[in-house]
Amino acid sequence: MAPVLIVYGLAKTFTMHLRGGIELPVIVDAAFALEGGKCAVLGGPSGAGKSSILKMLYGNYAVNEGRIEILHRGEMVDLASAAPRRVLEIRRETIGYVSQFLRVVPRVSALDIVAEPLVERGTNRNAAADKARELLSRLNLPERLWALPPATFSGGEQQRVNIARGFITSHPVLLLDEPTASLDATNRAVVVEMIEEKKRAGVALLGIFHDADVRNAVADIVIDVTGFAPDRKAA
Amino acid sequence: MTVSVRIDQASVEATDLPLMSVRSVSKFYGQRIGCADVDFDIWPGEVLAIVGESGSGKTTLLNCISTRLTPTAGTVSYRMRDGEMRDLYGLGEAERRLLLRTDWGFVHQNPADGLRMTVSAGANVGERLMAVGDRHYGKIRATATDWLGRVEIDADRIDDQPRAFSGGMRQRLQIARNLVTAPRLVFMDEPTGGLDVSVQARLLDLLRGLVHDLGLAVIIVTHDLAVARLLSHRMMVMKDGRVIEHGLTDRLLDDPQAPYTQLLVSSILQV
Amino acid sequence: MNAHTQVSNYNFAYLDEQTKRMIRRAILKAIAVPGYQVPFASREMPMPYGWGTGGVQVTASILGPDDVLKVIDQGADDTTNAVSIRKFFQKVAGVETTTSTEDATIIQTRHRIPEAPLQEDQILVYQVPIPEPLRFLEPRETETRKMHALEEYGLMHVKLYEDIAKNGHIATTYAYPVKVEGRYVMDPSPTPKFDNPKMHMSPALQLFGAGREKRIYAVPPHTEVISLDFEDHPFEVQRFDKPCALCGAEQVYLDEVVLDDRGGRMFVCSDTHHCESRQAAGHRGEMSGEVLS
Repeated sequence: MAPVLIVYGLAKTFTMHLRGGIELPVIVDAAFALEGGKCAVLGGPSGAGKSSILKMLYGNYAVNEGRIEILHRGEMVDLASAAPRRVLEIRRETIGYVSQFLRVVPRVSALDIVAEPLVERGTNRNAAADKARELLSRLNLPERLWALPPATFSGGEQQRVNIARGFITSHPVLLLDEPTASLDATNRAVVVEMIEEKKRAGVALLGIFHDADVRNAVADIVIDVTGFAPDRKAA
Repeated sequence: MTVSVRIDQASVEATDLPLMSVRSVSKFYGQRIGCADVDFDIWPGEVLAIVGESGSGKTTLLNCISTRLTPTAGTVSYRMRDGEMRDLYGLGEAERRLLLRTDWGFVHQNPADGLRMTVSAGANVGERLMAVGDRHYGKIRATATDWLGRVEIDADRIDDQPRAFSGGMRQRLQIARNLVTAPRLVFMDEPTGGLDVSVQARLLDLLRGLVHDLGLAVIIVTHDLAVARLLSHRMMVMKDGRVIEHGLTDRLLDDPQAPYTQLLVSSILQV
Repeated sequence: MNAHTQVSNYNFAYLDEQTKRMIRRAILKAIAVPGYQVPFASREMPMPYGWGTGGVQVTASILGPDDVLKVIDQGADDTTNAVSIRKFFQKVAGVETTTSTEDATIIQTRHRIPEAPLQEDQILVYQVPIPEPLRFLEPRETETRKMHALEEYGLMHVKLYEDIAKNGHIATTYAYPVKVEGRYVMDPSPTPKFDNPKMHMSPALQLFGAGREKRIYAVPPHTEVISLDFEDHPFEVQRFDKPCALCGAEQVYLDEVVLDDRGGRMFVCSDTHHCESRQAAGHRGEMSGEVLS
């Protein structure tokens, strides 16, 4: 099967202007590809740049070198050099992202936060809310919380809202940044199940999983990011 | 899936061309720079935040692109409803003013600058409708009632003057007054400035919903990066009248490149 | 020493000829652009502002020795303002004056249009306190001028909207805004809106003078004058339950007269000449002939 996302020559260096302009290279010459229906996992110790790679793939971090080609509207598009509008369009249609933490919007209920990505894509509010309810109940978020803004929720509750929000759409590429970090065993199992469903639906997934059990359960391929570490290249 | 296909076609047709194009816009006050060499485009449905400290030229720029201040150099063109791209400063006074009260909105930081404080809330909302020729009192009032509801003002306040409203209510009324003619582009100058934090949150949430539901293009000037993060797709950072950095809002805030942007982002108070 | 106190030493109709020419030029311009407020160099007159200095200057500028002048104040020929202006012109111009609407060639009015239909050879001169209809909502003169220039009249309807919102109907009863010949919105001076329909297609020339505000405007003969309104709240004139108590006239504008301190009152014609002519012709109202204590 042809890859839906190809990364090559990817490099990222942070320049810290507030600290005398020191340069912190995090990734050099990263290269890998993702296929539909498979879940790839970024492996390596913390601080190795796993999260940075995900953020570059989502357009959230700037890319210093290299290309991120993604199958978008039937053709391969370089996300690394795409204009902001193009990046937004790719995010809307092609690539989804489940972040580590929920960015809480004041006054918006958990249910609306989950349904929002669907509504933004044109689904009517009722249908989107139905789907949101289904996901929240599947993730065992108590129903009494649905109508409340998640600002006061526990870490695990917020994370489940976040997962439901990330999984509600049908993006062909989905990035997962430690989605199970603060979940108990039951809910971790639910997430594993949901990832399997995405795979069956042909979605290409790329994730970071702190938890070894989850990682082993979902990973089809492990991409070892230590191979993209700058000091290794220098040596 | 059928739903997303429908959205695609609409967005391709309507959004392929920019709504407004700003090229090399500069404003000088004698030797002093108001803003210099600003370029950008804005597309329908897009929210652009212009951020910077006071004196960075963001309000000067906003005024230059909204015909409130003539730039010293550069061009600002706008796609009229007939699809034609027109130079704003080549428009006649009548065309310009018609644009201002139909296709555009301007939300001032101080609601008193954008409202008629001595006429009722209903008349404030209805004024633009009457200005474009609506002559049916019942319909004007029904539309005004609907809009007050959309900005969360109780219908029984329709005959009260904004003088009797709180700051947050006045700001919401100003927004309703601007949106009633279904403008395509709304300029906002620090719309949440001067409001309590909780009132701000409500207003932001409301704006976010309206912008999305109406597919508005918005150019919002703010010094508050949290407001920019919540509302905007793209962001432009200004300092000393010049654009320092310009790009996706979350990229600018999470991975700022320019020294000044890094300073600005690192100066946000964490709660 | 005492020569200057003699009335004969004034120029005809008080104003000097250069001033009259200046005012006539403003009048001609006003006639050419119906409803448009033409600025003019208003002069100090021997009466205070608010007493009709604008109307007096217009009258003085168009008055000829053969004219017959009528002056009314709220429809009456015999109240202070009317009497003093009439006497003023008798003194400084020596023209013939009358109380008869039909006989007058020039009628200066403070806020009424006579009940008897005006004719082609007549000129009605209005005394105007505030000529700008938009001022109520937009105090800036620079802005209101621009609004007139660009025909931005939405604001006038905001005022009417407020009226309906507050009172359930358009409660503006005087100085009711009109659109002249489909173009300029005009304040018809504080006439009761009852008189608005009389301005429409009137065969007489109508001139408006605002002395303090230094503006002259005009409605030429046979000009369209439409009162602003809403589709669902159309323009209506005041209606009176009873006819005139003295002459029995209906469909005329009535004044309320309080008769005693026990709530007694009667409604009589505001147009005194109209009422008197009717009585002379034998018309009688329910209280005519009674002795008023």
